[in-house]
Amino acid sequence: MFKNKQFDFVSNRKKFFTFSIVLIAVIIVFNLIFGVNLDIRFKGGTIISYSYTGDLDINTLDKLTEQVLEQKVSITKKSSLLGDSNSVDITLSSQTNIDAEKQSELDDVLNEQLADNELQKLSLTTVKPNIGKEFFLKCLIAVGFGSILMIVYIALRFKKISGWSAGVMAVVALLHDVFMIYGTFVILGFPINDNFIAVVLTILGYSVNDTIVIYDRIRENKRLYGNTKSISEMTNLSINQTLSRSINTTISTLMAMVVVCIVAAGFGVSSIITFAVPMLIGLISGTYSTIFVACPLWVTWQERKEKKPAKA
Amino acid sequence: MKRVGKPVFFVVAIFIIVFTTLSVTGIHTSYADIDTTVIKGVKEIRWGIDIRGGVDVTFTPPEGTEATTQQLDAAAQVMKQRLVTLNITDYEVYTDDASDRIIVRFPWKADEENFDAESAIKELGDTAVLTFRESYQVDSTGKPTGVTESNIILNGQDIKKAEAIYTSTSEDGSSPQWVVSLEMSDSGKDSFAEATTRLSETRDTISIWMDDEVISAPMVNSPITDGNAIISGNSSQGGFTMEEAQSLANKINGGALPFKLITENYSTITPTLGEGARNAMVLSGIIAFVLICIYIIVLYRLPGVVACISLLGQVGGTLAALTGFFPDLNSFTLTIPGIAGMILAIGIGVDANIISSERIKEEIHAGKSIDGAIELGYKRAFTAIFDGNVTVIIVAIILMGTFGPPDSPFAMLMKPLLFMFPPSTEGSIYSFGYTLMVGVVLNFVFGVFATKYMVKSISRIKAFRKPKYYGGAK
Repeated sequence: MFKNKQFDFVSNRKKFFTFSIVLIAVIIVFNLIFGVNLDIRFKGGTIISYSYTGDLDINTLDKLTEQVLEQKVSITKKSSLLGDSNSVDITLSSQTNIDAEKQSELDDVLNEQLADNELQKLSLTTVKPNIGKEFFLKCLIAVGFGSILMIVYIALRFKKISGWSAGVMAVVALLHDVFMIYGTFVILGFPINDNFIAVVLTILGYSVNDTIVIYDRIRENKRLYGNTKSISEMTNLSINQTLSRSINTTISTLMAMVVVCIVAAGFGVSSIITFAVPMLIGLISGTYSTIFVACPLWVTWQERKEKKPAKA
Repeated sequence: MKRVGKPVFFVVAIFIIVFTTLSVTGIHTSYADIDTTVIKGVKEIRWGIDIRGGVDVTFTPPEGTEATTQQLDAAAQVMKQRLVTLNITDYEVYTDDASDRIIVRFPWKADEENFDAESAIKELGDTAVLTFRESYQVDSTGKPTGVTESNIILNGQDIKKAEAIYTSTSEDGSSPQWVVSLEMSDSGKDSFAEATTRLSETRDTISIWMDDEVISAPMVNSPITDGNAIISGNSSQGGFTMEEAQSLANKINGGALPFKLITENYSTITPTLGEGARNAMVLSGIIAFVLICIYIIVLYRLPGVVACISLLGQVGGTLAALTGFFPDLNSFTLTIPGIAGMILAIGIGVDANIISSERIKEEIHAGKSIDGAIELGYKRAFTAIFDGNVTVIIVAIILMGTFGPPDSPFAMLMKPLLFMFPPSTEGSIYSFGYTLMVGVVLNFVFGVFATKYMVKSISRIKAFRKPKYYGGAK
């Protein structure tokens, strides 16, 4: 596809690093200004149940509650089997107790605006985070342990191209991707929930796979050319040789995600969109971080090492 | 080069198509109004709450029991473990300290049609509490009284493991029967040793109860100090049957509940994503698959066609792993994280096929013969695919070990690292790890080996021996 053209990825690396750093800075600023929207399962919160009759308009209820309580809520329709009536759960992802005044204000507003539905409060439950601190700690340990195993594996399999540094750079690229996904959630205001974890894990797998394909080519070229080519030449060659594969794989996976986005939008299934859009960004970041972060960083490291030969 | 026969392509392709069709449709026979499932199809997949709706149950301790925060958390943990053990990986379990409530939400069973919440709750298992009590003194209604009521020697939490075994309980080894063997935890071992030492002197009994129902009341013949005991059934009724012993062992294993759970309230949940979600996902899956196939066939021609057949096999294999394929295996709950795992695995599968096809194209451009290019292409592509997939498998194993059921082999692997944490399960991540792992393993089977043999085989057919079919110049 790009047979006659060789792109120079390595010499322009400073520009790419700057680009990534600027993006990360933007995400941090956004996060500081707007905060992050955590799901009830991470933060704990309050579930208020109301019984109702007739056809309840969820959207109106959603709007009214958000106005009164001044925070985002999510609403689940239920049909109770004891007592034989329908009910709704209004879920608030906030631990701050809704005081009696607010509660009666909400009751009044709902009864006034949705008089036909004869809303009646059944219960108010304050729940603890379903996925708490412990879960995050476990996640960190799992991710940390996974990273160490990955680095060890890459170090062993890529001995020829000084695998330790290659492994470390692959993990740096992963962190880059995780940050980009986090940024997508923060900037678009999507709640951090199961979808976030699923997308992060998916992109971790995708990105490491992507990085290894190029490392594999560098390893092969090292065998072919030995020391006749400089590290940056060899890396450039390898990236270019695998470029059409990188492009085709990215197009295939992006295509699949775009279809998911369009169909989900067509069916009006918003929770799939909060999954598919960050996934799109993650896929792009995964490919980008391999070519523009992991490999150039690895070259920088290797060139440093050459200039300053290791002690002993 | 090892030669691969021409029929290999057709045999593998037909196998893949038949297998995938079966994993989608399943086989159901119906004879005299009794429907039997021979092979499970897509219909038997258990969908997540958000997609299909489910049940919402609120449990409380019995009236008068004050549950501590630890006990509530322990009970919630037992519920989570039971759910994941049943392969129900989509659930929400909340605890509320102030009112001592545990709220459990889980999706409907795959074949549920009458949506009966009561029978769905039964699936969660027994909510009774297991106790070992001193002696066997009962009142007229059969409830424990006197010392039996007051002295509880062990409860479910003191038991490490229970197992149904077929063994002889008499010394001469005659008349074997089904019994439940118990291994106690350190806390249980001591109090059991003390009690059996004391009770064996008077040849008293220890009675075993599930709530107010006595299961067994064996006589203590000798002190048991090693923490291993056996429960046998009532010998006048011929002891336990295999089913009884197994069901009791399961109850004990899953039932380390700190208090009896009473169903306070239950209701059904309407799918939050709406009924359309499932169709939306199936539809987008099909469209995406077709688009990817067109794309790689246009790019790589013959190897592209073969790649599509292998991808189909990979999809079929993943579906089979979700449904359980065979009727006695529990189907896996398909949630959005699970779907993410599938997408990643299929993406990696597409990548594997693209890497090999790209390599073959490169070798053809370098002037190799068709046979040489195919041989070399696969050989050179293999290391990249292998290393990429192994690292992804590492991730999947760690996730399954960290967040899956605590007694799985993967969890044993993670134990030294997670010793400071109480066991906790997180179904959604476990389900991601599971679909990813299955998908990547299938990628080796289909994306690497099946593709290679199919391409080698089809390339021996005369009509297909032209470089242009492999991405070469026209």
